[in-house]
Amino acid sequence: MTKAQDSKKVGVFIASAIALCVLPFIVGGSLGNSWVRIVDFALLYVMLALGLNIVVGFAGLLDLGFIAFYAVGAYTYALLSSPHFGLHLPFYITIPLGALFAAFFGILLGTPVLRLKGDYLAIVTLGFGEIIRIFMNNLNAPVNITNGPQGINLIDPIHVAGVDLGTPISLFGLNLPPVYLYYYLFLVLTVIVVIMAWRLQHSRIGRAWVALREDQIAASAMGINIRNIKLLAFALGALSGGVAGGLFSAFQGFVSPESFSLLESIMILAMIVLGGMGNIAGVILGAVVLTIAPEILRDVIGPLQMKTMGRMLIDPENARMLLFGLAMVAMMLVRPEGMLPSKRRKAEFRDAKAAAAQKG
Amino acid sequence: MDIFIQQILNGLVLGSIYALIALGYTMVYGIMGLINFAHGEVVMFGAMVTISVVSALTNAGVNLPGPALVLIGMLVAIPACMLLGFVIERVAYRPLRGAQRLAPLITAIGLSIVLQQVAILIWGRNYIPFPQVLNHDTIDIFGATITKLQVVIVVMCLVIMAGLLVMVEKTKLGRAMRATSQNPTVAGLMGVNVNTIISATFVLGSALGAVAGVMVATNYDQAHYYMGFMIGLKAFTAAVLGGIGNLGGAVAGGILLGIIESLGAGYIGQLTGGFLGSNYQDIFAFMVLILVLIFRPSGLLGEKVADRA
Repeated sequence: MTKAQDSKKVGVFIASAIALCVLPFIVGGSLGNSWVRIVDFALLYVMLALGLNIVVGFAGLLDLGFIAFYAVGAYTYALLSSPHFGLHLPFYITIPLGALFAAFFGILLGTPVLRLKGDYLAIVTLGFGEIIRIFMNNLNAPVNITNGPQGINLIDPIHVAGVDLGTPISLFGLNLPPVYLYYYLFLVLTVIVVIMAWRLQHSRIGRAWVALREDQIAASAMGINIRNIKLLAFALGALSGGVAGGLFSAFQGFVSPESFSLLESIMILAMIVLGGMGNIAGVILGAVVLTIAPEILRDVIGPLQMKTMGRMLIDPENARMLLFGLAMVAMMLVRPEGMLPSKRRKAEFRDAKAAAAQKG
Repeated sequence: MDIFIQQILNGLVLGSIYALIALGYTMVYGIMGLINFAHGEVVMFGAMVTISVVSALTNAGVNLPGPALVLIGMLVAIPACMLLGFVIERVAYRPLRGAQRLAPLITAIGLSIVLQQVAILIWGRNYIPFPQVLNHDTIDIFGATITKLQVVIVVMCLVIMAGLLVMVEKTKLGRAMRATSQNPTVAGLMGVNVNTIISATFVLGSALGAVAGVMVATNYDQAHYYMGFMIGLKAFTAAVLGGIGNLGGAVAGGILLGIIESLGAGYIGQLTGGFLGSNYQDIFAFMVLILVLIFRPSGLLGEKVADRA
């Protein structure tokens, strides 16, 4: 690598770092704070998608119940820092605890399904996700643990070094509402998750996952401990899901089982597939696009109908989901390998295409 | 003991509906190796179309007995759903044949969302009641009660399933389907038009789904744009339970799942000393599924499944 390339890389790095730091001000200034909130959610989904990407993208284990780990993280935080049990533990205890619980559940799920592959694995993980949701929905009687479908509210915001992220603060004459403060917290954690995923991908473990994905028997013959490497994928994926869940809980101030439906699991999977499975940049792109696009549609569809037709033909919420579904289908038909496929996957697609061409 | 018989009967009704839907999943899986995630939506459309037709007929003052009205509704819903199944295959699956495995999964999910939204556009977001045209007379069997309607549902399911099994075993189309599921390339070389067979499979599965949708709607007296999701999930579970790709397995898995679920719901209170109630009914399907897959990963009647991820 030449020096010019190096300095160019540093330049891009610094530029994107600055862009990320001022992003909430640009978004908030031009579109309002509700959009900063959406950006915050995009960061949460980036964390989730990167977590699932470890399981699905790296290790090739199709997991349709990933949202369960998010739920475990969220409920751990909610139960330990809210008036529900009268506990108000600080975030540096509850979030790691939630992440550990999630990882524990990851191993709990991973152990029985070690022998399963493909669609069977998908359906069992899906069932696991549903079981967790049903328990959250019903564990309000006879002992009220999760408060059932009503969920838990008045969850404590995060306090960092004496600063309450739940109330606006002034810094150097700048007024920073909570959504800005959470943005920076989420940004830091997202960067940590990205670095973790990046380092894992290029480590011995990451290569072992790829080997497992490509051919389990060959991988095992090469001395890879299949059981441990699978459980590690489940645990590490669940870990980042748990962290995101705790953050969601604190950010939202309210959790209920509704937030953890199968549709959410599927959405996160869709982020990975649409973005480009196995490729970190692709997954990030997928998560951001799939979080932002429906919101843009929400803002655009209503006014557009009023302007062109003079009245509301289709309920905007309805039209939004309709277009979203159509876009998912269209995207997959046009680019089944995703927006930014990883180099390895790209090569696989090329091979598959060539093989298909030869056959047909 | 009365509870036991009652729950078995309930489970039989529920299970035969699951079985009918599970056949749709398992046929498609057997031939293409794919989970048709949009199948639940076909079931929902079957229910919705029938309700619309029956309501329209009663509103128009057509004076026919209730069962005839429902039959007419069903006869409209079946071709509608067949068309839907055909379109689903064309749009979401055919262009992606040979692509990575997750791509058709995502298109199917996308299509599922689209179909739900279309249903909202047509029928709205609320529960739609089934028009009161069927009587709900009950019969007593060993101290348990079952409605005549439910008897009809079970008998119809069994007849349809038997018909399908005979068709797959005895007819030319059935033989072509079996050949395609074993090896599409070789089947093609033997003169089977694989594309037609795949379309036929989707269309047939959708027809069964339509009938099942009508049964669900009559049994629960209502329909909803989101109803296809849970019932589709359970039916898929039933298909896996029986061994996916195996028609007899889907039937056995469906009925077994229905019975396990209703027995579980009936007895969970006693078993856990009142700690868990019947609102945990939905858990049984998934618990059973997980246990079966751990101890018998290919399902009850299934063969080894291809291990592609």
